[in-house]
This record gives sequence, structure tokens and C-alpha cells, in this order.
Amino acid sequence: MSTLAVSGLTKTFGGVHAIEDLSFEIRAATVHSIIGPNGAGKTTLLNLLTGVYLPNAGSIRLDGRELTGAPVHAFAAAGIGRTFQNLQVFFNMSALDNVMTGRHLRERCGLLPALLHTPGLARAERESRERALGLLRFLGLEAYADACADAMPYGALKRLEIARALAGEPRMLLLDEPAAGLNPTEAAEIAGLIRRLAESGTTVVLVEHNMRLVMGVSDHILVLDYGRRLSEGTAAQVRDDPRVIEAYLGAVDTRVAGHA
Amino acid sequence: MRASSRADARRTWWWATPRSGGIAALALVVAVLPLGFANGYFYDVAIQAGLNSIICVGLNLLIGYAGQISLGHAGFFALGAYGSALLAARYGWPPSLALVTAVAGVALVAYCVGRPILRLKGHYLAMATLGFGVIVSIVLANDDRLTGGPDGMQVPPFALAGYVARSDHAWYAIVGACLLAAVWLAQNLVESPTGRALRALHTSEVAAAIAGIDCPRHKVNVFVVSAVFAAAAGGLTAYYAGFITPSSASFVRSVELVTMVVFGGMASTFGAVVGATVLTVLPQALTVLKEYELAVFGALLMATMVFLPRGVVPTLSGLLQRGTR
Ligand SMILES: Nc1ncnc2c1ncn2[C@@H]1O[C@H](COP(=O)(O)OP(=O)(O)OP(=O)(O)O)[C@@H](O)[C@H]1O
Ligand SMILES: [Mg+2]
Repeated sequence: MSTLAVSGLTKTFGGVHAIEDLSFEIRAATVHSIIGPNGAGKTTLLNLLTGVYLPNAGSIRLDGRELTGAPVHAFAAAGIGRTFQNLQVFFNMSALDNVMTGRHLRERCGLLPALLHTPGLARAERESRERALGLLRFLGLEAYADACADAMPYGALKRLEIARALAGEPRMLLLDEPAAGLNPTEAAEIAGLIRRLAESGTTVVLVEHNMRLVMGVSDHILVLDYGRRLSEGTAAQVRDDPRVIEAYLGAVDTRVAGHA
Repeated sequence: MRASSRADARRTWWWATPRSGGIAALALVVAVLPLGFANGYFYDVAIQAGLNSIICVGLNLLIGYAGQISLGHAGFFALGAYGSALLAARYGWPPSLALVTAVAGVALVAYCVGRPILRLKGHYLAMATLGFGVIVSIVLANDDRLTGGPDGMQVPPFALAGYVARSDHAWYAIVGACLLAAVWLAQNLVESPTGRALRALHTSEVAAAIAGIDCPRHKVNVFVVSAVFAAAAGGLTAYYAGFITPSSASFVRSVELVTMVVFGGMASTFGAVVGATVLTVLPQALTVLKEYELAVFGALLMATMVFLPRGVVPTLSGLLQRGTR
């Protein structure tokens, strides 16, 4: 059973082919990693997969449903959640409100019930709050629940974005460098989290430079270079692919060292 | 146990806790304020402050929470005023029905103005509403057969179920009750999924959309809500004053309203009330200010932006909290 099918996807910026004629599939409840050198087009791909960018060509289907050209919130409603490489936290809110905002799709958002604060809405708000607190606990953030997000440390903000994305109960979660800037202990925690998510049936798409993390958790790896597919397969297959070794893994040691 | 520790950690005063202490405190102020009124003039200023507060509570939802600027809310105010006046005076409708119909009409107008513009990203709303306000004031001034042109028009008194509101006391009570209702509605909205959606899209539209928030829809909704507040205050003003002129739709008036919101405090309902009240009372107290009104409001807007970017009420409450900690 295929969850996400991408075909002929192309995105250019001026003369730059950020993504060029890319086709692949992501199967449900697997951990699918996307790796590649800086500027390979990984973030651009995630932006395409969430509707933030409109592709120049190609299509994106989720369970056979055409999503290409739909607005971003429709991608979210179809079950795609994500985090950002550059934090996109709601800094004017508490951590709890950030996560509750992530539950938007699960909440009733009629204007009149909101203005009148109907008993139904009050009940839904209490439930939403409990669930958001549960997610904060799940990510070890309960101490920050009422803290304003702009007072939280970087590592906590990274996890806050994951909590917010999970609050929408996505079928597919796209993580853009969740371990960047984290220490090895925190990175190991992220690995554990990704495994638990996949076990519980959530498809995880992981963009990451931390090769230990990628090789440890991935069912399938897609290697990008200059917006094209360089290689694809299991961790072992990708690691042994001479093209990857030549074009990418050779440079990884310096890159990983640079990122650590 | 958890609930109490959460309440302790809340970064607001007890009285500013929306929907509970805050509204009770405001009700108390509204109730005891007349004890200090020496004559009808005090009532008049208080009523005007209350009407401006109603507009600003709505406008703050748009500017303070959603981060969208309107430079044409005087246009919605004037449409609410003229709509109520025309239906009641020219067509003999009962004033309350005229008011409700005018407000509903303004909601429709706001929807039609907001929807095409708010689909676009960026700050087109300020320009579009600026144009809208100018058009409204020109139409009101030029269509002299219907509206009386630049000289304005008479408005019959407000009456409901045989009761005619004429005295200062009656109007003070009506406006006070409407203000409390406006604050209650606004705080409800702020503390709802819609309120979170507005604050979210203010900070990051991409992140809001990724969370499933339909940003254009929420922006249009809050734009309509804010226009409705302005139109309701407009209708009340027309009946209270008994006379309206096209200057109520002027650009200066729109800038005044924005200044009140920014001065009082963005994203603070009680800040909007304080801003509207202070900037209504101040020009009355210092009549010299009246001649240079636009210059004074412009200077105040700049000074607030530079020295108190969060506005008076959030800045003061922040300082006090730091002091008491
Ligand atoms: N909004 C944009 N406008 C113009 N060029 C862009 C834009 N976004 C990405 N690019 C270009 O597209 C290419 C791919 O960028 P992208 O951010 O997707 O790379 P990446 O694989 O995520 O890199 P990194 O590992 O550094 O995050 C780069 O050449 C980049 O300069
Ligand atoms: Mg990137």
C-alpha cells in the first residue's frame, strides 16, 4: 500500500533547478529519510510536499488523492504535518498554546460558538488542553507549558515544533533536520521518538545530516544531489552505492564534523 | 494541584484574566464612574469614550491579534451610522431594526471588501481600506439628496418597545452594557481556537497553514467582526448624537482609531479600552489639542511605536509583574 506518490516533480528558482523531475513513493508507517549535500533540494522538496511551494511540473498524491496545487492547509487536512529547519515557532504564545494551535484541525472553529463561548466549545477546549499537555509531557516539555515560547532554549523549541506537529495527529510527519544543533543525547532521544512514531503507524519522512541518526532509524533512504535522485534503498544499499560514496559520503565526514 | 500551579504561572493579573475578573472589574468601573460625574458634560465624554472603546476592541482583534492594518474603519463606522439613520429617518423603520439591518449590511460590505484582498499575501489591506474609507466619505458628502451631503442629517431618537432613550443616564447605561458585551465577545474569541489561529498567522503564516489554519478565511472573518463592532458603535452614535456628518468617515478618524489601539496596547482587549478612553478624554480636557488633532495623534502614534512598542497596558502590566516578583 502506497501512501505518498510523487511523480515528475520539478521546481526551479530563476535558473536554479532545486528539484528536477523527481519521482518516488513513500510507503505508510515506514521511516523514509531524504539525505543529500547542502543545497541538494531537501527543504525545497518538503516545501513542495506540504504545498508551501507550487511545483513547476509533476504531481503529489496521497493515497491516490491529487494534492498538487491545493492550498497549504489542505495538505495539512489531508494528514501531512511537518517541522521546519529554521524554527517557525509562534513566539507570541506559550508552549501550551503553540501545541493547542497544532490541534486546529481537530478543533471546531466556527466563529459564532467562539464569540459566544458555548458550553460545547468550552468542553472541547478543556479536552484540547489536556491532550496538548499530554504531548508536552511526551516530549519532556511539561516544565515549559506556561512559559512564553521566546523564553525557551533551542533544543526545547525543536521538540516544541514536533509536539505542535503531532497535535494535529498527522498520518505523515515530515521532519526537517530535527537533530540539527542538538547534542548526541538529545539526538538519540529524537531517534527513539521517530521509532515509536513509526511503530504507532505514523509515516515519518526524515531530512537529516546526522548520519548516525539516519542510518539507525530509516527503513528507506532517498539520496538527492542537485535536485535529482542519486540513489535509493535501504541504509546498507545506500551506504554501499559507489555513486553515493563518490558524490556524497566522501564529503559527509567533513560535513558531519562541521555540523557537530 | 496542576491547575493552581498553572494559574500561578499565568503571566497576567487576576483582574485581566479574560472572561472572569477582567469583565467584572470593567463592569465595576462602568457602574461607579458616574458617582464622580458633576454634570451632563462628563456623561457625554464618558459615552463617547465608551463608543470609541467598542470600535477599538473590535479593531484590536484585527490589528493586535491578526496583525492586519485597517486605515478605513471610520468608513464602517459611518456606514453603520448612516445606514441606521437612513432606515429610521427616511423609511420609518424601528430604530433597533434599522441598527441591526445596517450592521448586517456592513458585515456584507466588509466581507466583499476583505475577501479578494485578504487572499493576497502582504499588506494590501491597509491600502485597500484606505481607499474604501475615502470612497465612503466622498459618497456620503456628495449624495446630498439622501444623506444631506456635507451638512449631515438628523437622526430620530432610539426607541425600543415603547421606551425612548433620551437622557444621558439612559445612554450611559446602553453604551456601558454594549461595551461590556463587546469586551465579552472579543475575549471569548481571543480564547478560542479562532483566537489562537489569529495569533498564529500573525507570527508565521506558513506555520499556521501547516497547522491546518485557513489563513485567508480567518483574516476575512476577523475583518468582518471588527467592521461589525465599528458599525454597531456607528449606529449607536447616530441615535445618541441625533445628528451625523460625513466627517465621521474621514481618514483622520480612521487614523485616530488605529492610534487608540496602538497606544493602548496591541493584542490586549483592555488595552484597547484604555487607549480609546485616554485618547477620547485627553483632547476634551486639553482643548488646544483639538486644533492640531491630526498632528498630535500622529506624534503620539510615533512616540508609542518608539518608546512603548507593545502599548501602554501590556508594558505597564509587564513592569508591575517584574516589580512584584
Ligand atoms: N526560496 C528560494 N528562492 C531561491 N532559491 C532557493 C529558494 N529555496 C531554495 N533555493 C535554492 O534551491 C536549492 C536547494 O535548496 P534547499 O534549501 O532545498 O537545500 P537543502 O537540501 O535543504 O540544503 P540544506 O542541507 O543546507 O538545508 C539551493 O540552491 C537554494 O539556493
Ligand atoms: Mg534544508
